[in-house]
Amino acid sequence: MFFGFGVLKGMTVTFKNFVLSYFSKERLTTVQYPEERLPEKERFRNFPFLIYDNKPEDLRCVSCDICAKECPPKCITIVRDSDEAGKPLKRPKVFDIDFSICMNCGICEEVCPFDAIFMDHEFELAEYGRFEDLNYHKDDLLKSNEYFAKIRPHDAAEVDARLAEKAKKEAAAKTVAPPAVPPQPPQPQQN
Amino acid sequence: MDQIFVSIKHAILNLAQTFLPDWTIILLSILISVTAIAVFGPVTMMYLTLLERKLVGRIQNRYGPNRVGFWGLLQPLADGVKMLTKEDIVPANADKFAHFLAPVVIVIPALLIFAVIPFGRGMVAVDLSIGILFFLALSSTTTIWIFVAAWASRNKFSLLGGMRSIAQMISYEIPMVLSIVPVLLVVGSFSTVSIVEAQSGLNWFVFTPWGFVGFLLFFLTGVAEVNRTPFDLPEGESEIVAGFHTEYSGMKFALFYMAEFMNTFSISAIVATLYLGGWQGPFLPSWIWFFIKTYALIFVMMWFRGTLPRLRVDQLMGFAWKFLLPLALVNILVTGIWLEFKTPLNHVVTFAILAFCLTVLYLVNKPEIPKKRIYRYAYQD
Repeated sequence: MFFGFGVLKGMTVTFKNFVLSYFSKERLTTVQYPEERLPEKERFRNFPFLIYDNKPEDLRCVSCDICAKECPPKCITIVRDSDEAGKPLKRPKVFDIDFSICMNCGICEEVCPFDAIFMDHEFELAEYGRFEDLNYHKDDLLKSNEYFAKIRPHDAAEVDARLAEKAKKEAAAKTVAPPAVPPQPPQPQQN
Repeated sequence: MDQIFVSIKHAILNLAQTFLPDWTIILLSILISVTAIAVFGPVTMMYLTLLERKLVGRIQNRYGPNRVGFWGLLQPLADGVKMLTKEDIVPANADKFAHFLAPVVIVIPALLIFAVIPFGRGMVAVDLSIGILFFLALSSTTTIWIFVAAWASRNKFSLLGGMRSIAQMISYEIPMVLSIVPVLLVVGSFSTVSIVEAQSGLNWFVFTPWGFVGFLLFFLTGVAEVNRTPFDLPEGESEIVAGFHTEYSGMKFALFYMAEFMNTFSISAIVATLYLGGWQGPFLPSWIWFFIKTYALIFVMMWFRGTLPRLRVDQLMGFAWKFLLPLALVNILVTGIWLEFKTPLNHVVTFAILAFCLTVLYLVNKPEIPKKRIYRYAYQD
């Protein structure tokens, strides 16, 4: 081809882009974020939340402190609750996660033996304050099992099946065979 | 409708005449023109930035700014506020006075050029008898202030940019001036108004062989003159940070941009005036024709920006000295021949000469692409 043909070819390409971008929606790959959103991916994970079964009081967390110990940046603070006599209870009094420290790794979810903490799909977590506004307390973290089933149906089905089986086994052990041998300490569930 | 702006001005002057002495009327007349230009220039610049971002965005299949206001129409205002509130940084070793002076003064020639642009029939601030000369003189002074800015910054990238700018301007000024000569030969006047009036009807100069070549020459050199892509070597981002305005921030930086965009507008306006018949055109009011032509040329400049990569320095210089300059000289000769012969003959003769010269220049300038070397021994079986 003649000299300068490449320039004309390039100009045609850009002009075609310019004109057609007004007509074909496929050319514009931009997602106009606050108005339009991409569909959420099920495996997407961000900030953790605490799961409860039926009502917010009976959350699965037993305040074992494993997640707080495993957390690499140490963003979880747990204080065990106790009754009036000072006897420790199997529920947390304080459960704080500091989002300014949390790195969304998901290790808390992996190590939890009670399936009590899971990673969320929530990502619009910006706040005006740097310290107390980003420190999420127990009440902010509580979310229901239905919510979990909604955002991550595959994982929720798996967890629910496992918990149901465990409950059935416990119930069977309680009714049929009174413990001849002392009950096995609960094995940490591997996720 | 054609004379709407002129009528408004006359109405204001007539109203003022009732209670002001006569000598103030002349001052008021000047003041109105100056105010109109001083408002029009910066506003044009603001919206050219938006237009450029929109067009380049669409060329790259993006939306461009569309968040501030409807269609992003308030984006220039937001940018202005941002620029005004930014910190103004002056390097410790800079020449403080020159560093301050350069961005301030660079806007002045850009604004002054607007004085000789005929925006419509009777819509020119001053009908100078040396209008085109005035334009050429002022547009080349911009280079001095670019170099002052580069020198005052005391930064090697700035200085490189400034020196590139000087080299580029010197090279492109010559074919630019020479490409205007044919128009002056035909019209016999430097005045922008009489140049436009000589192209009445559809006798625009671009429709003649010499006019077409002159139009291309002047437009290309004009693009080079205002440092726009593909001739933006003085501010080549990928090579020398930002060229001459590396050390500028905030409003001083914005002033450089203002000068560049106002020059873009005025170059397009002058190209339209010289070759595309200025405000001449059927049906529509004269000033609408003027803006249609000017913005069409601005669109082409932005289209260049969205398409072409930056030239290399040797390509830039070679293009100016080995292609544009001979062609401009030939074009002057051709225009003389055009004026000598009668109408049917001169088209044929000028077209033939120009076609011949273009072919010769093309063949002479053709880059020699070496043949693919075959290594005889390496591939021997």
